[in-house]
Amino acid sequence: MPLQAISHCFASGSKKPCKAVEHDRFAILQQKFSTPQEITGACISCHNHRHTEVMQSNHWNWEREEYIQARGIVSIGKKNAVNNFCIGAMGNEQSCAKCHIGLGMTADGFSFTDAKNIDCLVCHDNTETYAKGQEMGGAPDPALDLGNIARHVGRPQRANCGVCHFYGGGGNNVKHGDLEQALFEPQRDVDVHMGIDGVNMVCVDCHTTEKHNIAGKLYSLSSMNRNRAMCEQCHTATPHDDDVLNEHTLKVACQTCHIPVYAKVNATKTHWDWAQAGKLRDGKPYEEDDKDGNHTYLSIKGRFEWGKNLEPEYVWFNGTASHYLLGDTYSDTTRPIVLNTLHGSYDDDEAKIIPVKVHRAIQPADPVNRTLIMPKLYADVEGEGGFWKDFDWKRSSEIGMKAAGLPFSGQVAFVKTEMYWPVNHMVSAKGATVQCTECHTRKDGRLASLTDFYMPGRDYSGPVETGGAALLLLTVFGVVAHGSLRAFVAVRRRKGGAR
Amino acid sequence: MNGNRVYVYRAFERFWHWSQSVLILFLAVTGFEIHGAITFFGFHQAVIYHNTAAYALIVLIAFAIFWHLATGEWKQYVPTATHIKAQTNYYIFGIFRNVPHPTKKTALSKLNPLQRLVYFALKVLVIPVIVTSGLLYMLYRYPHRHGIEALNIDTLHTIAIIHTVGAFLLIAFIVAHIYLITTGTTVLSNLKAMLTGYEDAAHMGQHDTSETPSQITDKEVQS
Repeated sequence: MPLQAISHCFASGSKKPCKAVEHDRFAILQQKFSTPQEITGACISCHNHRHTEVMQSNHWNWEREEYIQARGIVSIGKKNAVNNFCIGAMGNEQSCAKCHIGLGMTADGFSFTDAKNIDCLVCHDNTETYAKGQEMGGAPDPALDLGNIARHVGRPQRANCGVCHFYGGGGNNVKHGDLEQALFEPQRDVDVHMGIDGVNMVCVDCHTTEKHNIAGKLYSLSSMNRNRAMCEQCHTATPHDDDVLNEHTLKVACQTCHIPVYAKVNATKTHWDWAQAGKLRDGKPYEEDDKDGNHTYLSIKGRFEWGKNLEPEYVWFNGTASHYLLGDTYSDTTRPIVLNTLHGSYDDDEAKIIPVKVHRAIQPADPVNRTLIMPKLYADVEGEGGFWKDFDWKRSSEIGMKAAGLPFSGQVAFVKTEMYWPVNHMVSAKGATVQCTECHTRKDGRLASLTDFYMPGRDYSGPVETGGAALLLLTVFGVVAHGSLRAFVAVRRRKGGAR
Repeated sequence: MNGNRVYVYRAFERFWHWSQSVLILFLAVTGFEIHGAITFFGFHQAVIYHNTAAYALIVLIAFAIFWHLATGEWKQYVPTATHIKAQTNYYIFGIFRNVPHPTKKTALSKLNPLQRLVYFALKVLVIPVIVTSGLLYMLYRYPHRHGIEALNIDTLHTIAIIHTVGAFLLIAFIVAHIYLITTGTTVLSNLKAMLTGYEDAAHMGQHDTSETPSQITDKEVQS
């Protein structure tokens, strides 16, 4: 790099990395690309080891090896994970590939070893024009000027990440609640870090990346306490001037106080009832929306509930989780089946209280085999057994479970499930944090459900309170009685003396 | 000043008494706010005030202990069985009949047998319990934070409840104490003595049953 360029970078006063090269001057990019794979080839011709990093990432593999308590080392990913939104990716690859960083993903299979299938542009496009086509197995929209995009690549911007991560679950903010399109250009009151009227940070400022391994992951799939993006990276473990507040950081995660509400701009899905799916009007599927335009009913998916400006729920979390994986059997039907159990308790040194969005659902299960069902949902045409076309639970379950290689009894029941989504974004400004007495209060505090520890202001011993009150009352009563008697005697004596 | 007054409470003693009483009342208000029972300063301020006042009280107690040891005044608090019945009878019966105090207040024996008993219990039981539990309440995380596993306290539960018990006992004491100071020779004589240090000698000693007959008069003190 010429010295002049370096000094130019620092002279601008920006601490963010500046562009080391101008891609639009590279000869190899001055051509008309007919396939996206050609671009990938051009990228690799200079960045000649990066593709090996990408191909080790879970953005590419859609799975990773995790150690799960009481289960051992398991490969977890789209192949075996179950959620309580669209349930799973299996059999729906064509449309799901819209959010894979690969090209050429079809139901028939995908070559995870062909580096040409890496979609560099989806993350590195800096023109904000790149978009994947609908149900094209991950290929870009054919109308795009790929050459122009290839000449304008760089560090991922909010749009690169958000185009997938803001729309998980098939719509804006459906899954996370704290990651949605409002974060493309938020105000500071929505997210203090990303606010365009503030420090204007992008995702990868916190989700620091080394060799395409991006820090931070979500515990809908992750199980281990590793490679996390933490507030402490910048803020340290004792960021307050006040020691009393700093002591909280031992047991309370930053997010717990600093994210008082989530889904600040648009609603997020809180409940999904698959049991209501399949109703038709005049033989046709229909939809119902609320006043904000959120679907409250879809024949293909069932009934939904949404929430905006939600107070999180709170759980102990030590950084490890266990997961319901495809084929697991459930035993207790009196309580909801938790699809990702976040571990931790007060007694756990590693655990802190974190805020979560709990997504609750009623979803199909096989009551005989006691497994959750992975139905075939998507189909191109009617008659293929896809629920979204044929509305036949038994058939779509049979096909889906067969594709998953799992037994199916032929019966479909509906069971309650829960998923825990840690809330990490939409951090509020300093003045808008959770106040002491929102937790330190006797009744209905935010932490009312966490009862495995003593919290000042909330907890007390019933007998001590009653005994203490009785002691004080008795003392006051004794004093009043004694004093009155003294006064009475004194007055009588004085009168007597006067007589 | 006429020489018929007795110097009972020395300057440090009065300073100790009043600053302690202010601190304890302040700790009670802030403490019960932290306890969730009342709202006054706001929780955050209450915590800061309570902790600061707690350290102030501990410093004061340290000075008071030193003073008591250095002056030998600690002997005042040694409980005695003598006249305890007489004193009890006085509060239950005699006081209503305008009978004089059975024991006499002097500079060398300013506490009656019941006071000795109660203050002794305060000093060896209630205060140490509330101070120790309070310190643990504030500091229990520190061994943990510094990785001293052996000193780990797993829960605040026991500490907090003991601290609360101490608080109730102290408040009950204060209520009774504030009333009992009116049971001096006149309603205000005890209060006046704790404010000025002097008690009118005319009011003292008519029925002296105390074993410590000597009195320090105003004159003697000033000389």
